[in-house]
Amino acid sequence: MAEKTFREAITEAMAEEMRRDEHVILIGEDVGTLGGAMGASKGLLGEFGEGRVIDTPISEAAIIGSGLGLALTGQRPVAELMFVDFSGVCMDQILNQVAKVRYMLGGQPKVPLVIRASCGAGKGYAAQHSQSLEAWFTHVPGLKVVMPATPRDAKGLLKSAIRDDNPVMFLEHKLLYNSKGDVPDSDPEFLIPLGKAEIKREGTDITIASHSRQVLNCLDAAAELAKQGIEAEVIDMRTLRPMDFDVVQASVEKTNRFVYVEEGYPQCGIAAEVVARVAEHCFEYLDLPPIRISAKDTPIPFARVLEQETIPSVRRIVDTVLAARKWAVPAA
Amino acid sequence: MTNTDSNPTPEIRKSLYRQMTRIRLFEETTHELYKSGRLTGMSPHLCIGEEASAAGVISALNPDDYILSTHRGHGHCLAKGAEMGKMYAELFGKETGYCHGRGGSMHIADVSKGNLGANGIVGAGLPIAVGAALSIRKRGTKQVVVCFFGDAATNQGSFHESMNMSKAFHLPIVWACENNLYGLSTPIEKVSATATLADRAKGYAMPGFSIDGMDVEAVHTVAVDAVARARAGEGPTLLEIRTYRYFGHGASDHRPYRTREEEQEWWKRDPVAGYRMKLIAEGVASEAELAAVDQEIAK
Repeated sequence: MAEKTFREAITEAMAEEMRRDEHVILIGEDVGTLGGAMGASKGLLGEFGEGRVIDTPISEAAIIGSGLGLALTGQRPVAELMFVDFSGVCMDQILNQVAKVRYMLGGQPKVPLVIRASCGAGKGYAAQHSQSLEAWFTHVPGLKVVMPATPRDAKGLLKSAIRDDNPVMFLEHKLLYNSKGDVPDSDPEFLIPLGKAEIKREGTDITIASHSRQVLNCLDAAAELAKQGIEAEVIDMRTLRPMDFDVVQASVEKTNRFVYVEEGYPQCGIAAEVVARVAEHCFEYLDLPPIRISAKDTPIPFARVLEQETIPSVRRIVDTVLAARKWAVPAA
Repeated sequence: MTNTDSNPTPEIRKSLYRQMTRIRLFEETTHELYKSGRLTGMSPHLCIGEEASAAGVISALNPDDYILSTHRGHGHCLAKGAEMGKMYAELFGKETGYCHGRGGSMHIADVSKGNLGANGIVGAGLPIAVGAALSIRKRGTKQVVVCFFGDAATNQGSFHESMNMSKAFHLPIVWACENNLYGLSTPIEKVSATATLADRAKGYAMPGFSIDGMDVEAVHTVAVDAVARARAGEGPTLLEIRTYRYFGHGASDHRPYRTREEEQEWWKRDPVAGYRMKLIAEGVASEAELAAVDQEIAK
């Protein structure tokens, strides 16, 4: 166990899997010599060579298509999109090819492809480089969608994603890269299974579920709320598709109140999906309507003060929960 | 049958005829099945008239070479060694089909024979071909990828990305463009910067050839060279195979965008009937021999 950054955890996961299996290849823009625009592939070109760490032209459709072609012919590629916002350029390859080929071809091929991309706001990168588009991919059958919030989860989940024989979108919030945490580093078989949420903080009064960087805001908000006598249970979803709703359900049955916090746009986001399931499965348990907290319904602004206002903050989470008490059904 | 010699032997020539006839019969039967309502769903996209392209190009390949195909992919699938029965099962949506009924006509594939799939998105196979070629390069084998696409696909962004990357990375790919003059109803020359699609190869510093796609031996000869070039590590080639689809884009297409006179002119150059006459005239095969081939396939 050692303290590592989220970025280092990702590098370690890739390096360990590339050592273990010579079919694992990394392909993307600037992943080789530069070590990745986000620094996540530092050292990999040196250790594994040009045959397994491939710098491409700026050709997102060809990058993802290449990932698919490699996967269909026996390799286990990791294709990197510098920013998830660029998925617009290659959406056909992701949506209609990668997600669907294994199904349409009746299972003839495996598609052991991981698509990694950075995402999220808060660095003043403005509208086209700050989005959280996981709702798009979570919508589509045939894709798995994973979004770790901690270095430990990043490492264990990425290793599992690389070993999965199906396509996985692995989305890394850019504000998390420098965040630190304890990461197991002596066991190359340290894996975290996909499809399992984790309770990051136990509580009894309200369930706050989230994914990616907002999980950290939820934990800070929970600490604030505790000072007001509210013990929040914070759930980190970790995998959005397939979603582990059982953990959410058990929690809501205990706390009777539910909030989902995400950084995506408000309409038709991940929060909408989880809240719908809560309404369907936990109706009698709810003491107040489920709450969604998301980015404001606007392209992410550049100016720092505007950007901070747009994305959910600890303040906004705390204030929203406190305001919700007014709607609570009094105990019988 | 693989041929590495540009001058096809009598055996090769007869097998080219056999393959084209197989494709023609399969497509004609499919057409009847759809017309009569026994096949349902989106109408199959028939390659009647384009048989020389599939047969001519794929006969230059080894069994472990890869192909990427298009929505008009029955001919490619057959030429790469698929069984008619399993293909029909797929068209009928049966569990016993190549894709267990999940894909249908537009997504037919036989991965065990190197056919990585037909594709319902124009131009989507090209980036995948790049990946298959990168896989070959990484593994150090001598395999080759042939990627089929239509004239209209050369106007997709994916074409540009893939052509560029294949040349920049010296990949073992033959880019096989089947130019049947129309993207559904739109004449290709009206919407393209250059009417001769082989000219696009210049933009990527790769060899480009425009071939009479109704002449199976012309296609075969050029394909053999292009495949050899790729296999020898000399990089990609663009082939423009000038052909014609005698029927509509799909069954509901009544072809208001072209004249019946134009179609008749192309029927006169029927690649299957024309080759039959040629083989008999040149004494390569007798009328009886070819008739026997026809009968055997018809069973």
